[in-house]
Amino acid sequence: MTRILVAVLALAAGSAAVLAQSADPIAERKALMKSVGAATGTASRMVRGQAPFDLAKAKETFKTYQDVAAKMPSLYPENTKTGGDTSAAPKIWEDKAGFDAAFAKFAKDAAEASAKTTDEASFKAAFGPVAANCNSCHETYRIMR
Amino acid sequence: MKRIVVALVVLAVLGGGLFWVLTSPMVLRAGTEPVPAGAPNLANGETLFNAGGCTSCHTTPGQEDRLRLGGGLALTSPFGTFHVPNISSHPADGIGAWTPAQFQRAMRAGVSPDGRHYYPSFPYTSYQRMSGADLRDLFAYLKTLPPVAGRIRDHELPFPFNVRRGLGLWKLAFLDGKVFQPDPGRGAAWNRGAYLVEGPAHCAECHSPRNPIGVIDPLRRFAGGPNPEGEGRVPNITQHPDALGPWSKEELVELLTTGFTPSFDSVGGSMASVVRNTARLPQADREAMADYLKSLPAVPPAP
Repeated sequence: MTRILVAVLALAAGSAAVLAQSADPIAERKALMKSVGAATGTASRMVRGQAPFDLAKAKETFKTYQDVAAKMPSLYPENTKTGGDTSAAPKIWEDKAGFDAAFAKFAKDAAEASAKTTDEASFKAAFGPVAANCNSCHETYRIMR
Repeated sequence: MKRIVVALVVLAVLGGGLFWVLTSPMVLRAGTEPVPAGAPNLANGETLFNAGGCTSCHTTPGQEDRLRLGGGLALTSPFGTFHVPNISSHPADGIGAWTPAQFQRAMRAGVSPDGRHYYPSFPYTSYQRMSGADLRDLFAYLKTLPPVAGRIRDHELPFPFNVRRGLGLWKLAFLDGKVFQPDPGRGAAWNRGAYLVEGPAHCAECHSPRNPIGVIDPLRRFAGGPNPEGEGRVPNITQHPDALGPWSKEELVELLTTGFTPSFDSVGGSMASVVRNTARLPQADREAMADYLKSLPAVPPAP
């Protein structure tokens, strides 16, 4: 009986956690952006020669970009314009089509760069243009903080 | 009774006359110095163009070609909306017909060739620090850029800010007219950085809070504050522990080169455009700017 109770409680706690996560798109998109930052850090250190080149890690960076770009557009419902210490700009909701297109471009650029990356030299050439998406998108869709 | 009326009229005329004299651009001497002789250095002019980020304001948002300076950006502020003018080399609509002396006067005193005050949204409060030779070189470089036809609409400012003449009093109080003087106790790189940051790059103009009449709070210079252009906050760039204190000089140079912070976040809003300009500076200039920024005293952010 006790075991069943514990299991039910654990299940309840688990599903509550899942619910809480999807009910907090601001926290979720922040976590995803942090993962993009971490991947960019790994890639940049390899590009600058501060870390040895690793083909698997290079590919993983582009994979992270594509995964995040696919998830992000659905994490900006109307009720998340403010709150949660967000730095999302109002422009996201004024131009949702442009915003979604920016993520589609980011994913496409990452996929193409990944396909071109076969060694250190090709990675160095391919990475910069993909990373330029950070700057161009933040300029329009993110407020200064 | 008659005498009192006469006295009041005389006082009003005197007061009006005093306002007229004090607010005349003629009382400002800044920028009337002779332009240094010699052939302009266009490469130096281009460096100053990138340090100053002229293109960030004097183009239309979304415009592809950063060298077509036709103006058009709407700059919102607590005083109203400023419409940034055409500074292309177009002779009628831009500054193509200006002389180097007129350009120097505009950059140091905020006075137009036809003798009107410019608003300090054009940051001559910083540009006045620039040397005569640099202003000459920058002007010569601007004249090499393509002419763009079309005049930009007037600013949209409510009374009393729409009275340009009133700016004369503001300038008498807050425009010191001092060109940058190097600190002999510091190295060449630090002085170069101080010159760039305080002069052409005009970092303090956005990264400092202002009082109700638009004057930078000297005690909170570079400490950031609410964004006057709209949402968000302008970051504190002093050495405060919550600001740039923990950043290394190399990390500052990286930000000015690629826009990435130490945690590989990338800067947003207007700073994205600033970085596109600083990315084009010589590496030594970015390093000099970082040197100077690392020397700024720690100031807590404005509330």
